Amino acid sequence: MNLRKFKEFFIQKLILICGLASIFFVALIFLFLTKEGLAVFKSLSPINFILGKSWYPISEPAQLGILPLIFGSLMVTLGAAIISIPIGVACAIYIAEIAPLRIKEILKAGIELLAAIPSVVLGFIGMVTLVPWVKSTFHLPTGLTALSGSIILAFMAMPTIVSVAEDALYSVPKSYKEGAFALGATHWQTIYRVLLPAASSGIVAAVMLGIGRVIGETMAVMMITGNAAVIPQSILVPVRTLTATIAAEMGEAVVGSEHYFALFAIGIVLFIMSFMVNVTADLFLHKRNR
Amino acid sequence: MFRKILLVLAGVLFTVSAFAGNDKNSIQIKGSDTMVNLGQAWAEKYMEENSGDFVAVTGGGSGTGLSSLISGTCDIAMSSRNIKDKEVALAKQKGINPFEIKVALDGLAVVVNPANPVSKLTLDQLAGIFTGKISNWKAVGGSNQKIVVLSREVNSGTHVYFKEHVLRKLDPNSKEEFAPGALLLSSSQAIADEVAGNPSAIGYYGMGYISSKQKHIDVAQNEKSAYVNPNIDNVISGKYPISRPLFLYTNGQPQELIKKFVDYILSKEGQEIVVKTDFVPIIK
Repeated sequence: MNLRKFKEFFIQKLILICGLASIFFVALIFLFLTKEGLAVFKSLSPINFILGKSWYPISEPAQLGILPLIFGSLMVTLGAAIISIPIGVACAIYIAEIAPLRIKEILKAGIELLAAIPSVVLGFIGMVTLVPWVKSTFHLPTGLTALSGSIILAFMAMPTIVSVAEDALYSVPKSYKEGAFALGATHWQTIYRVLLPAASSGIVAAVMLGIGRVIGETMAVMMITGNAAVIPQSILVPVRTLTATIAAEMGEAVVGSEHYFALFAIGIVLFIMSFMVNVTADLFLHKRNR
Repeated sequence: MFRKILLVLAGVLFTVSAFAGNDKNSIQIKGSDTMVNLGQAWAEKYMEENSGDFVAVTGGGSGTGLSSLISGTCDIAMSSRNIKDKEVALAKQKGINPFEIKVALDGLAVVVNPANPVSKLTLDQLAGIFTGKISNWKAVGGSNQKIVVLSREVNSGTHVYFKEHVLRKLDPNSKEEFAPGALLLSSSQAIADEVAGNPSAIGYYGMGYISSKQKHIDVAQNEKSAYVNPNIDNVISGKYPISRPLFLYTNGQPQELIKKFVDYILSKEGQEIVVKTDFVPIIK
């Protein structure tokens, strides 16, 4: 009996530790990030860092202004959102409401497959197909632009948006739909006036999760956005994103140098951005569950 | 099923430990992307002749290679620039003593798309183009098209070399920078591909990447001097203005296996491989 109790106790605590471990790691990562990132502000004011317009990290003295990088990330993310949200939500509506069972299965498998493509492969495909297309279609000097990045990232956000939004549409109580039909509404009216509003918080959460994925994406954007650190005036110019900067420069940065700390500070900025997006998503998800 | 998994696991463990055990016979080389092809060619030939020794070569950029040498994760760093004082200081702190070996020379080719009518430029014009002061091909005798400037990422020795020798003309007080709108690409191959597909692009890379899909520009020191083609003879004679030495860095004087490999590189055979990979040997 004692042995059994002990076993029970042991397993319970083990699971508890596993549960705490994930939070513990997040805390550790955050601590490390702050410790390394804040060191850059000893020699550089946060305002000059965030609002500085030139990024020349290896010059003497280094110019570490990340405003062009922030705008680069926002531009690519915004573009991806504009492309992926309408298509993603429409796709979710089709799968949840309209598609016959067999097509539904095929579509769902297809979307899962899209999620399974590694980002470097998408980037590579984008580089050889999309980039020349963007260049010739818009008559640009180069196809390595924010738009190319947005299109590829839209593909990466879509699976998240579709599957979470579809889930939200499913969880609308059947009685809502039956009620709408009983009142003589057509199928489209039901979807548009009843189902979408009822599932709205879940759909917003889906969109937010999709955007969270886009902000953090690195490899594909590094390959196809051209990485020029200028504040973009339109979506048809090259941009440099926060993530690509870290990935491209971490190898060179001498450990303990100002450049190295600045890259960690970029990490903090990114962390805060995606944290806000995720918290927003969470708020909406909880609203739905209540 | 379970036994199968166990078997596979055991197999993996065995191979891993076999490689780990081979440590004494293996050399890790890392660094300059410009030198990756050269390093791999050396490694292959060397391993053909000395079976049992293992040489692994990876790229990443000169800075990446030197920081791995400093952190002790590679035995030899390939670098297309001299080690910086900062890096030496950091290495000393960690008990590493960088030892420099010059192994080859490289001409930096400036390349444009074959459809571009421009085929020769002076160093001043190049500096103007890459700093963004000249932004239209018309200004240098080309068609009326915006210039798309391609550069390597900042972790590349080629980037640093080009900035110091072409943009700043070796003037330590110069504040010239690459145009903020320059596209920073992560590899020489990416530059080669973009130039091949874009008539208004201009880029630069080591002579090893030259192919018929790009046109390399003849470069002149100034308006009065002759325009020189980037080829091996012109680099050896010193006529071509944008050439540089290529280095290996080791921790202290090379010993044992590393010495054997470095000696091979500096031998007549090793230097023949340099020529075969389109670089310039240091010993004729």
